[in-house]
Amino acid sequence: MKNHAPPGKAFSSSLAVSDLWVTYANGVTAVREANFALRAGTITALVGVNGSGKSSLFKAIMGFLTPTRGTVMLSGKPVREALKAGLVAYVPQAEEVDWTFPVLVEDVVMMGRYGRMNLMRIPRAADRAAVSTALERVGLADLRKRQIGELSGGQRKRVFLARALAQESEIILLDEPFTGVDVKTENAIIALLRAMRDEGRLMLVSTHNLGSVPDFCDEVVLFNKTVLAQGPTATTFTEANLATAFGGSLRHIRLGGGALHDDDDDRRVTVLTDDERPLVLYGPRDAETLVKRPPEEPR
Amino acid sequence: MEILLEPFAYSYMTRAILVSALVGALCGALSAFLVLKGWSLMGDALSHAVVPGVAIAAIAGYPFALGAFLSGLLAAGGIALVRRLTSLKEDVAIGLIFTGFFALGLLIVSLRPTSVSVQTIAFGNILAISDTDIVQVVVIALLALLLLVIRWRDLMLAFFDEAQARISGLDPWRLRLLFFALLSAASVAAMQAVGAVLVIAMVVTPGATAYLLTDRFGVMLGLASALGAICGAIGAYASFFMDGATGGLIVLAQTALFALAFLFAPKHGQWRAWRLRQAAKAGDA
Repeated sequence: MKNHAPPGKAFSSSLAVSDLWVTYANGVTAVREANFALRAGTITALVGVNGSGKSSLFKAIMGFLTPTRGTVMLSGKPVREALKAGLVAYVPQAEEVDWTFPVLVEDVVMMGRYGRMNLMRIPRAADRAAVSTALERVGLADLRKRQIGELSGGQRKRVFLARALAQESEIILLDEPFTGVDVKTENAIIALLRAMRDEGRLMLVSTHNLGSVPDFCDEVVLFNKTVLAQGPTATTFTEANLATAFGGSLRHIRLGGGALHDDDDDRRVTVLTDDERPLVLYGPRDAETLVKRPPEEPR
Repeated sequence: MEILLEPFAYSYMTRAILVSALVGALCGALSAFLVLKGWSLMGDALSHAVVPGVAIAAIAGYPFALGAFLSGLLAAGGIALVRRLTSLKEDVAIGLIFTGFFALGLLIVSLRPTSVSVQTIAFGNILAISDTDIVQVVVIALLALLLLVIRWRDLMLAFFDEAQARISGLDPWRLRLLFFALLSAASVAAMQAVGAVLVIAMVVTPGATAYLLTDRFGVMLGLASALGAICGAIGAYASFFMDGATGGLIVLAQTALFALAFLFAPKHGQWRAWRLRQAAKAGDA
């Protein structure tokens, strides 16, 4: 993938969720009192177990469902207005896409331009140029005439990233971008996301791929019905916070210093995983905090 | 040679051929959407659901298209409602509503047999179509085709990726409504040509054939529409010589073309698949 120079545009995007509640018709409350704010030029991971209300939160942000209470503001605009202005792009999960649909790679990317076209959606030169640039950027220029079902897992992801790029939106929501993707593609996608961040875009990535979060996310929102913790990855994405967010649903492997080496380094290696790429944490050098914890075993 | 041109000497034949082609084009275009969404049952449902509307309109002296249109929309709305408010599966909702509507239609028709015959509703009769009916069918079909020409890309996006449609500022529910309105209109038109029983073929087969011939939706849409038109014309034309039911001939022509595509489509046909398998075997050996 190529890294292009940032476009001349400076983004001043923001995403603000305040006192958001989502209750479904069947009485289930998926999101309660969620509050958080994100700013331009950052990648934020939205981390939580399956069924934690992540997708309901996403749907509320994209205006697919109306919050029971509270507001979502995108760059200072209510959701509907923001969508009309083309501020938001969405990269869906692979499972949501009908890969047998007769569309070529370039057709899908062109869909990102619909919001800018006239009533009949007839592409203009600028639209075609945006599609070509986006395809080149994700490294799919050679495959643009392929039907989407003919692509590999990693290429499939990149088609929809290209669509988000062609859309030229300042706010991009990504749903599980790494599911079923090999490490090489994952790294390529991460490089691209970083470049997009450096252009000033605001990205919110819903993921349970814990291991890659510290690699590319500046901020983390730990979510389970509500925001459990939000802040910079370094201080928020900690073992203690993750344990709260995930309860007992993570595989949790801890190796004490004694089992690893003979010196008196008493740090321990902790591996947290829900079977995607695992999160590996080195314990702090401060031995005392470790001694107090019960040894071994998941909680 | 002259005998082949004979049908055109009769104005009712020329009309039947042209109307069948037009109706075929509209149904074919809609079939491209239906087969991709897995909604072929929906086409069947609507074609049956329009019957009570047609019957009531005929009795009350309103244009039958209006009645059909309203009862078609009512049925589509009913199906959507059952789907939304219960956890019944889509096919159940469809089966439930359309049989109810069809039964009501048959009841009305049998109580007032003067207006339209059950026979005509079930099997159509394009050769005996009245002038006012022709005007209705032509106007409906042309309007619907025009709407499709303008909005097909939006419909495609809503069918392919509802989330992206919303994000682009489109309303998928409104587009769905538009589609069902078009489908009801097509059902009414097609009922004249092939009858309620065979409308399902008109809104499924050309799309299925076109799907095997291309990987691009725009092309598929054009192909399906063309196939529908050609088969409509061929069926009506052939019925002159064979003295057979027009509807049956139209649908048979469509099925024959599907069979050809199934076997010999350049990329997705069975013949190519078989040859590739042979080549792979030869390569292994």
